[in-house]
Amino acid sequence: MSTSEHGPDGLPAGGALRVMGSETEYGIHAPSTPGANATYLSSQVIAAYARLTRERLHASPGAGWDYTDETPLRDARGWSVRRSQAHPDLLTDLEPVLTAEGVALAHGPAEIELDGDQEPALMNLVLGNGARLYVDHAHPEYSSPEVTNPRDAVVWDSAGDAVVLAAVRALASDPEHGPINLYKNNTDGKGASYGSHENYLVPRSVPFSDLVRGLIPFFVSRQLVCGAGRVGIGQDGRTPGFQVSQRADFFEAEVGLETTMRRPIINTRDEPHAVADKYRRLHVIVGDANCSHVANYLKFGTTALVLSLIEAGAAPAIEIHEPVAAMHRLSHDTDLRETVRLLDGRRLTGLELQWIYFEAAAKLAADAGVAAEHGGDGHTATVLRLWERALTALGSDLDAAAGYIEWAAKQMVLEGYRARDGLAWSDPRLGLIDIQWSDVRPERGLANRLMASGRLSRMADDVEIARAAIEPPEDTRAWFRGKSIQRFPANVASASWDSVVFSPPGSYRLQRVPTREPLRGTRALTGGLFESHPDIQGFLDALLGERHT
Amino acid sequence: MAGQEQKSSQSREDVEDVEPGAAPAPAAPQASEATQGVDDLLDEIDGVLESNAEEFVRGFVQKGGQ
Repeated sequence: MSTSEHGPDGLPAGGALRVMGSETEYGIHAPSTPGANATYLSSQVIAAYARLTRERLHASPGAGWDYTDETPLRDARGWSVRRSQAHPDLLTDLEPVLTAEGVALAHGPAEIELDGDQEPALMNLVLGNGARLYVDHAHPEYSSPEVTNPRDAVVWDSAGDAVVLAAVRALASDPEHGPINLYKNNTDGKGASYGSHENYLVPRSVPFSDLVRGLIPFFVSRQLVCGAGRVGIGQDGRTPGFQVSQRADFFEAEVGLETTMRRPIINTRDEPHAVADKYRRLHVIVGDANCSHVANYLKFGTTALVLSLIEAGAAPAIEIHEPVAAMHRLSHDTDLRETVRLLDGRRLTGLELQWIYFEAAAKLAADAGVAAEHGGDGHTATVLRLWERALTALGSDLDAAAGYIEWAAKQMVLEGYRARDGLAWSDPRLGLIDIQWSDVRPERGLANRLMASGRLSRMADDVEIARAAIEPPEDTRAWFRGKSIQRFPANVASASWDSVVFSPPGSYRLQRVPTREPLRGTRALTGGLFESHPDIQGFLDALLGERHT
Repeated sequence: MAGQEQKSSQSREDVEDVEPGAAPAPAAPQASEATQGVDDLLDEIDGVLESNAEEFVRGFVQKGGQ
């Protein structure tokens, strides 16, 4: 094919290009105040970043969140949960207000005084790079701006690590607050898990049942490529050992709406944050948070390819017997010999499952004309090459895989300690290495140190990541959101994925600008508007005039 | 678009960066180098690990999240 087809979002179809984004909940630890309330600590992280932003912009610290279009109880299978029957954790469309009472109800005794002397606890920020930084349950969460390809997904996800690192630094140097440290992991090893989610824009026309069928065998085996590794087996980690995935043991169902209990491999939350009859937002909750750039890249890139397979009706016809148990077993076998049973009677290893998906994705991308190194879509060839290399290395040379596969790198360090010091898997030093692996501080975080010494590959350098912590991606609506906040910090009242709400000067009326098409609001489409109108009134006149004509 | 071309050549460069084991070496020296590499790495990590592992691991308690 000489010209490639385009999906409904306007990006070339059949490959790894797609509107996508990440959400990272960080583990939080205040070493000098053990037992401190985690929700309060999280709000301190948000407030610290707000102060830094205010210093930089000499103005308002970014906008609040606009909750108008949040619909967390809508189920992709076609129904809604009644509010009165929903677990409170699912009610993510209400502005959380941190009161001492609320903190006490949600997460144990409040050990804080929220009186008038204190700055109001800040729970929500929209950043100038288009991201959202907020308190989700009892963790600080960074939700990246929307990007169009897996490389940008890694860059703007890593930007979140830079954002929270800046807050960690500020808190450490502030005698009033004391250190609060953050960890890009998914479990405390004692039974609690917190998520790292991915979001992918999918045409509404793709039946949800096709997504379920096509994705479950892929997600059961994807952890071999992008698992972050974990010390301890079982949700509470009580069984000594090492496993491939941080998250696998916390999944108990195949399909469902919940994200905090009885977690399902396929999450059905149906909040498109976009034109609802055209798109759905696939909310993927099964992945590990990745410090390794390549593992993170393959997580987004291979999943985007599999979604293209499903859209094209070309997903491998595989059905796994008892996929939840199969996912646990594959995670527990770091020799990668474990097999899973298919409904047709075959038994395949996790790597064999991944190869089947790889072959199908490579064929579709080649047929669609997007897979060429030169003249392809600029990304799919790289995803396919790294995916193939990872599967080959995992099957033959785990030492080579340890240069970029995160669980293999962590295992190499842990096995090194076990060999040198004769440590059993239950030794707390190994548990410490597992946790400290993901410390966001470059001098403390072990993954960071492996990247600094070249033992773990990087795909983006610190300069590019620091820039992404400030600047939005240019090719999605995140550009309009981020630039609006950068340019007019005093006049953006709130923002969300699909809106920016302006407060025009001298007016009590708010002006809500919907941004329901993820690939509009780009630099190409709105950069001129920002350049021509440095003042808010002229900008809004031109923007709203344009929208009405 | 110039920007896009730049981006795709960038991602090709990145791939070379992550080429694992690019330089072939005789088996025996490679093995001892690898062992030496791990020893150096463990020495480096020894220097940055939190001092009281047992206390740290016990104190790292999180509330569940999504």
